[in-house]
Amino acid sequence: MEEKVIKNDVKVKPKKNPKDKLFKLDRQPLIISSSPHLNTTDSVPKIMWTVIIALLPAVVLSIYYFGLPALWMMSTCVISAGLAECLMNKLKGEEFTIPDGSAVITGLLLAMTLPPSFTLTSAIIGTVFAIVIGKHIFGGLGFNIFNPALLGRAFLQACFPVAITTWTFPKTDVYLSKIVDGVTAATPLGLFKFEGETSDLFNMFWGNIGGSLGETSAISIIIGGGFLLIKKYADWRIPVSYLGTVFLFGAIMWWINPKYPDPTFHLLSGGLMLGAFFMATDMVTSPITPKGAWIFGIGAGILLVVIRLFGGLPEGVMYSILLMNAVTPLINRYTRPKFFGEGSK
Amino acid sequence: MKLLSFKKGIHPKEFKYFTCNKQTEVLSIPDEVCIPLQQHIGAPCNPIVEKGDEVKTGQIIGRSESFVSSPVHSTVTGKIKTIDSYLHPAGTKTQMIKIQRTGDDDWQLLDVPKNWQLASTDELKSIVNEAGIVGLGGAAFPTHIKLAPPEEKKIDSFILNGCECEPFLTSDHRAMLEMTDEVLDGMAIIMKVLGVKKGYIGIENNKPDAISQITRKIQKSDYNFTVIPLKVKYPQGAEKMLIEAVLKRKVPTGGLPMDVGVVVNNVGTAIAVANAVIDGKPLVERIVTVSGDGVTEPKNLMTRIGTSFQKLIDECGGLKEETTTVYMGGPMMGISQWDLSVPVVKATSGIVCRTDKSTNGTSYPCIQCGTCVSACPMFLLPTKLARYSEHKLLEEANKTGILNCVECGSCAFVCPSNIPLVQWIRIGKLKVGEMVRSKN
Repeated sequence: MEEKVIKNDVKVKPKKNPKDKLFKLDRQPLIISSSPHLNTTDSVPKIMWTVIIALLPAVVLSIYYFGLPALWMMSTCVISAGLAECLMNKLKGEEFTIPDGSAVITGLLLAMTLPPSFTLTSAIIGTVFAIVIGKHIFGGLGFNIFNPALLGRAFLQACFPVAITTWTFPKTDVYLSKIVDGVTAATPLGLFKFEGETSDLFNMFWGNIGGSLGETSAISIIIGGGFLLIKKYADWRIPVSYLGTVFLFGAIMWWINPKYPDPTFHLLSGGLMLGAFFMATDMVTSPITPKGAWIFGIGAGILLVVIRLFGGLPEGVMYSILLMNAVTPLINRYTRPKFFGEGSK
Repeated sequence: MKLLSFKKGIHPKEFKYFTCNKQTEVLSIPDEVCIPLQQHIGAPCNPIVEKGDEVKTGQIIGRSESFVSSPVHSTVTGKIKTIDSYLHPAGTKTQMIKIQRTGDDDWQLLDVPKNWQLASTDELKSIVNEAGIVGLGGAAFPTHIKLAPPEEKKIDSFILNGCECEPFLTSDHRAMLEMTDEVLDGMAIIMKVLGVKKGYIGIENNKPDAISQITRKIQKSDYNFTVIPLKVKYPQGAEKMLIEAVLKRKVPTGGLPMDVGVVVNNVGTAIAVANAVIDGKPLVERIVTVSGDGVTEPKNLMTRIGTSFQKLIDECGGLKEETTTVYMGGPMMGISQWDLSVPVVKATSGIVCRTDKSTNGTSYPCIQCGTCVSACPMFLLPTKLARYSEHKLLEEANKTGILNCVECGSCAFVCPSNIPLVQWIRIGKLKVGEMVRSKN
């Protein structure tokens, strides 16, 4: 279609202005552009949809463990994220940005952080908040300071503190005897914080524990996150430094006082894996410099352990990442890499 | 063995297969050539001939009094037709001399010593200057200036640049295969002028035939050069990157290779030096790669300077109907052409014709992915620099190092949001440069 227009244009032009020597008229004009004339095949939509694919193992496992409610929760969040995105596009008078995939990720990630028993209406409120306030108020894709999904979750935590910490045990749980009613239960972190009980690491690894949809199974997150790292769509420095710091700092605290949980428990519990691989590595809200990525991960790791051990909340992934998001522009500013040859004589 | 290279950089598709195995063909001498008076970095030449004058092949027709300049020669034997401004492949109109060919080549050769090994350095330098030799890799910096570094800069190494890291281009590759002796002689002459003992030839590992051929020839000769196979990575052929890869030395910010005791020259330049010093032939021809999916039969052509692009493309069977872009040089740094009557200049390493719509894809906002940061061989923050440039924050841009940019285009190549990063940075560099100059 487009080519036809160009050709017609050329055929008409010489009649209109035969002295126009700008173009060789026997063929379509050549396109002028500034170099480079090559481009990678990577694009924003490709990156975003790849992240969604990387989330699929976690999606599948959460449906396996929590059943249809998990599916309803995720589809509700994704659909409402899409609708909120369209609404904002309409209000701002811009093109629809659903195809770039970023709204779908926000919806899906937010769903991953919610307990399966959470009401769908509240989930919709959180998703709309994430898209509208978390992303579009700042100017849309690329301009937000905070990870929208986490901001939505923080909003829900403020609005529905009880509902968001009411956990269902997986249908497949073999430890039903541990709990009285067999429907709701605490997360391993909650159990630890408030009851002083540890959970079985094996079950935590596979996801056979209470918790939010996406945070229970470490293995599914590691598979998806590893895929992202191999594709280089996530900066490996962030999960490495984040998880490494949590492990080291957790180990030191455990060594000082063995009543604190051991470092492996830290790694496998809560939304840490999901946060480290999918939230902290969010390109928009993490530093662009290599040194900045290390600082970001280490800072988030320290914050996480401090919140978990000394804070009022059992879980600190969300706030540790949000706080580091807030200082990302500063980190970028002060971690400029040394120019090539800078300082060499 | 682990191949040497520099840090960061990118891996564009190579596209060398179009022409890398094709013997260079000699393009017939055109009936008319158009010689721009500026084909180099520095002051443009003034014409020293007039309309109607008879000129010989190799006769100087334009020169300049200023030091940073290089004379231009007639590349055919004929009559001066006009001296007027015409379109230059760099995109602007410049003074050019049009010469109508009247017959076969009647050479006007340079005075050269019988044996260059006994000639004095100054004599060799002046031959290089008189021959109009400039860097044939694309920058076209006058070679005689490179050969005359200031006294206080001690040069200890010479690197011959045979990387040819731009996709599509194969002119240096073919030159190394077909004119190996000239390459080595030219290199030896340059090293004699510079008085250096250590000579390296850096070649990207995608040219194994060139590497083995040059190694073989060196073994047979009494030259003591080291061939260094390099990792295939763009921009390996950029001077600073090449020096880091070969010698592990970093040219200081804002500095030149001679600050770390190195001079780098292109393979084509070495051949031109050998031709001038040994045969007395000024720089009147070069190999041009005509390649890409937009031309019917891609070829390497030995071409007289001043031949129109159209003639080269016709020689290769013409453009295809669906061709959309033609540029001089490789796709990473080449200059788009819209009028194929422009002449081949000294810096024309290739003419690439493409059928795709090139980079005009959908643009997205910057998602701060940092891919450009991990691609920039100069360790800059392209996304920030581009933004500063876009918003005219020149002070900030200067502090963030915009003037260090070598404009290799790696950032714009990798950008998943299709943001014209290097294009913005180029504009910013111009403005920051003006600002810095006006301050001084």
